[in-house]
Amino acid sequence: MAELSKLTISEARNGMRKGAFTSVEITKDCLSEIEGSGALNAFVHNTPEIALAQAEAADIRIKAGDAPAMCGVPLGIKDLFATKGVDTQAASGILKGFKPEYESTITQQLWDAGAVMLGKLNMDQFAMGSSNETSCYGDVASPWKIDERRLTPGGSSGGSASAVAADLCLAATGTDTGGSIRQPAALVGITGLKPTYGRCSRWGVVAFASSLDQAGPMTKSVRDAAIMLEAMAGHDPKDSTSSELAVPDFEAALTGDIRGKKIGIPAEYRLDGMPQDIEDLWSQGIEMMKDAGAQIVDISLPHTKYALPAYYVVAPAEASSNLARYDGVRFGHRAKLAQGDGITEMYEKTRAEGFGPEVQRRVMIGTYVLSAGFYDAYYNRARKVRTLIKKDFEDVFAQGIDAILTPATPCAAFGLGEMADADPVQMYLNDVFTVTVNLAGLPGIAVPAGLDRQGLPLGLQLIGRPWEEADLLNHAYALEQAAGFVAKPEKWW
Amino acid sequence: MSIDTKIAARVAKLARIAVPEAELPRLAGELNGILAFMEQLNEVDVEEVEPMTSVTPQRLKRREDVVTDGDQQEAVLANAPDAREGFFAVPKVVE
Repeated sequence: MAELSKLTISEARNGMRKGAFTSVEITKDCLSEIEGSGALNAFVHNTPEIALAQAEAADIRIKAGDAPAMCGVPLGIKDLFATKGVDTQAASGILKGFKPEYESTITQQLWDAGAVMLGKLNMDQFAMGSSNETSCYGDVASPWKIDERRLTPGGSSGGSASAVAADLCLAATGTDTGGSIRQPAALVGITGLKPTYGRCSRWGVVAFASSLDQAGPMTKSVRDAAIMLEAMAGHDPKDSTSSELAVPDFEAALTGDIRGKKIGIPAEYRLDGMPQDIEDLWSQGIEMMKDAGAQIVDISLPHTKYALPAYYVVAPAEASSNLARYDGVRFGHRAKLAQGDGITEMYEKTRAEGFGPEVQRRVMIGTYVLSAGFYDAYYNRARKVRTLIKKDFEDVFAQGIDAILTPATPCAAFGLGEMADADPVQMYLNDVFTVTVNLAGLPGIAVPAGLDRQGLPLGLQLIGRPWEEADLLNHAYALEQAAGFVAKPEKWW
Repeated sequence: MSIDTKIAARVAKLARIAVPEAELPRLAGELNGILAFMEQLNEVDVEEVEPMTSVTPQRLKRREDVVTDGDQQEAVLANAPDAREGFFAVPKVVE
């Protein structure tokens, strides 16, 4: 029974329906894997009682024969999702001890579909980071290891990435504001999908940058991403930006047939000094799509270069506004006050103690770019550039491009601590290939496509038309089949 | 538009984050680095470009102006660091 945590969602679904094993058995196997995974630091709040109760209920539903696809599937939940009665901290000291009185819409939909919660997953604090080194719970380690160094699983959904790659759970939820699902998925060799902005409800997901945030699945296969997205997606009256469009049967779209499809290759994604391994992987990906019968088209997305600087205006601006709610009054941490301290000191000390350095930095940048005199120079200019970035994509889609193929990350995983002395901008460059997608509100997926010459996983990204996740997933399915990525990290933890 | 320690202190104040005097030079340096990165945006011609307000062309929905939720005092106060007699408690605000 020791192998059940290695199952994909679709294998688990089919096996449970056939009676080959039960949800309780899979759940117990995952719980024991989690128990022994302390060195990864991926799970930070375990919920075995909830998991077993949900698994028992799922087994009854499955036996009754009316269970949805996610029924009985044990998941890890990123700490950004509010889970009723269970610690929800966004990996920040400022939300220490916070136990929401409500459940996020996405997790509620997953539980309604019969999924099982194993616990909460580590992440970068408030989803701000690309290496999972800004968490109040400490760094997350990747299950991949090539020497004595501990490697980053990427970020901000690093706990989700590490847990799925290490087979602690069958899949996990992630969120993606500038690449936080796709970058970690690529660095650990799993699949990560950021849906179109508005496909999934943001209600009950701790807000970072509301116009960019979108949750999505992190899974062991493209098929699993399709199955899980369907359970997560849909209109929610509590999020007025969530779309009323019908949620299609994403799994049914997976034919693997992409003959005649037009795949765009953007010239601007060919960066100076890009590692040869990334270049090679991209070329191989292009060949694979060609072999699958797709037509390769050179395209231009001329404002790509300005995506990162625009993002680092827009995202901190929104964050400074969203994070104003952490004031030590309604929830979370409040600093101990000295004699004579008033409410301003309470705010200032609480936020200085509760927010980590990267969060403080971004809140202050956001405050600055929104302040009187700089609003037009920075914030409004960035919003105009964002309009241009979106138009770049609209133009190529109008030319008949079906999907765009790019590398997912500019390099493979680096060692934890190795970027400690780099300036913040160096770290931001991790998101160079992913951030455009958030600015344009598009769906994007990272698919594991190969190993670099050190033996570390690398991913390719496919970007789709808005609301056409079904078509995007089918392209990803074709890429997954052609790449045939099967490598797994060797257990050391 | 370079940030000196005085501006850094003002930004910290606006953000309501206590930053010790000794930390201000480091903070000013970091903010300058990030702002220099943003300066690239000045190369873009944004004449007659509308600033983005919504990434998906959808109209925000309206609903009836009626009460849909409420009467949950206990749940609202459950996570407060200091709640007394049905209220959030804070240091004295009015002299």
